[in-house]
Amino acid sequence: MIKFEHVTKKYDEVGGIEDVSIDIADGDFVFLVGPSGAGKSTFIKLISKELEPDSGHIYVNGQDITHLSNRRIPVLRRQIGMVFQDFRLLPNKTVYENVAFAMEVVRCTSRTIRRTVPQVLQVMGIADKADQLPDTLSQGEQQRVAIARAIVNNPKLLIADEPTGNLDPDTAWEIMKLLAQINRRGTTIVMVTHAKEIVDRMGRRVVAIDSGHIVRDNKEGEYGYDV
Amino acid sequence: MMFRGLLHSLKEAFIQIFRNRVMSFVSILSISAMLIILGVFFFITVNVNSLTEAIKSEFENIEIYLEDYTTEKDAEAIAISLSSLEEVSQIQYISKETAMEEFKERWGENAYLLDTLSENPLPNSLRVTLSDISGGSLVAEVAGTMIGVEDVRYFQSEVNKVLRISEGVQKLTLIMIIFLIVVSVVVVSSTVKLTVMSREAEISIMKYVGATNWFVRGPMLVEGVLMGAISAAIALGASTYAYLKLTELFGADIQMLFSNGLVEPGFMIVNLAYIFVALGVSIGAVGSIISMRRFLKV
Repeated sequence: MIKFEHVTKKYDEVGGIEDVSIDIADGDFVFLVGPSGAGKSTFIKLISKELEPDSGHIYVNGQDITHLSNRRIPVLRRQIGMVFQDFRLLPNKTVYENVAFAMEVVRCTSRTIRRTVPQVLQVMGIADKADQLPDTLSQGEQQRVAIARAIVNNPKLLIADEPTGNLDPDTAWEIMKLLAQINRRGTTIVMVTHAKEIVDRMGRRVVAIDSGHIVRDNKEGEYGYDV
Repeated sequence: MMFRGLLHSLKEAFIQIFRNRVMSFVSILSISAMLIILGVFFFITVNVNSLTEAIKSEFENIEIYLEDYTTEKDAEAIAISLSSLEEVSQIQYISKETAMEEFKERWGENAYLLDTLSENPLPNSLRVTLSDISGGSLVAEVAGTMIGVEDVRYFQSEVNKVLRISEGVQKLTLIMIIFLIVVSVVVVSSTVKLTVMSREAEISIMKYVGATNWFVRGPMLVEGVLMGAISAAIALGASTYAYLKLTELFGADIQMLFSNGLVEPGFMIVNLAYIFVALGVSIGAVGSIISMRRFLKV
């Protein structure tokens, strides 16, 4: 699903990644761990084409995305769902509208939208919140909305940037169960996290990045850092 | 697909104009104002031009007034001898009756005033069309020395002066128009920028879920274009009213004064409509494109 070949992306100051090569298979569930500024965000932004690599090659879903014209970037992003620590919901739109929005953007018909959104909200367990504004929801519920938005277009790849960072442990675990469920359906998931218990408890592949290099890549790994 | 995109853009644009209604209103007013000012300049230029043309066509010929005792045959002799000058391209004999008719035609509605004249005070004349305007003075001089000629009317330097003034007016108009267009583009772009900023979060999320640039741009472009179009409509309404009023009030006086009326309202309004709509729409479009360029880089 994702393949990096000797990818380097350096900034003027510090950070970035250097000569990173990795292969993430279809349907994989990968935790990306490492200290702040180690290059995790760079890694993710290279996949979503927010950044252009200095050298090396990047493939996503079999396609070489190393250099992509501005017109092709949206096409790439439609294959990727993104979830963030701060949810990034639109405060003036209801839960339903926030999810429907992602479908409008890719020009789905309103009939498809009306049929699909309730299903996804159902799967996320927030069907009863459809008409509420994000502010009236709990943090966990808001993240469910964000995940619903990320998967509503059936992406092959879901990138989650510290999705549980703002959540209490119980809520975080609920979110993880949802992500695991999405993964079981075949969606590849790359999740950046600092949550040791979650990583250890899930027992999935763990890729540790430090100072721009991959320092560890375990198939059923543990967090491996003292938080 | 195309149609749905346009529909989406239109809907969003209306919502946005309504949300920013104060700024939108101010923008629409200022674009209208600038279009109206532009219309005034257009009005002045077109009329000055038409007046200049009239003056030119009236005075670019040399009119040779003949003495009353000069017969048509003598006139023909004068004409033949003038024809030998290479600056002369054509000479036409105008009898006093023809002259009177032309005069009446020029006075239009007020021509009845001339009917009160008991006898025709106009002289017979020769109208000399020049092949080379620069040689006009020479021809006029030669004609003046001829027997049977009462007077020679030739106003080259005056016509040149009018031409220069008209050119000046055109240049001034052009400068003003450019200035006004720049101002309007800035006004639109700052209004649309408000939209862009108020929707920054939305735009960045749109980009994350794979919206094309045009999906983001469309509504804002339509917003700018819509503001431009509304402004054009307002400006056109105001200008049409003003011009009709103006021709109604002063048209006749100007006709008398310059022996040439104001440019016909129909022509004026149709052209203003083209100009206003074209300008309004492009100002709106350019204004919005400028303001959102840097926001699309996610």
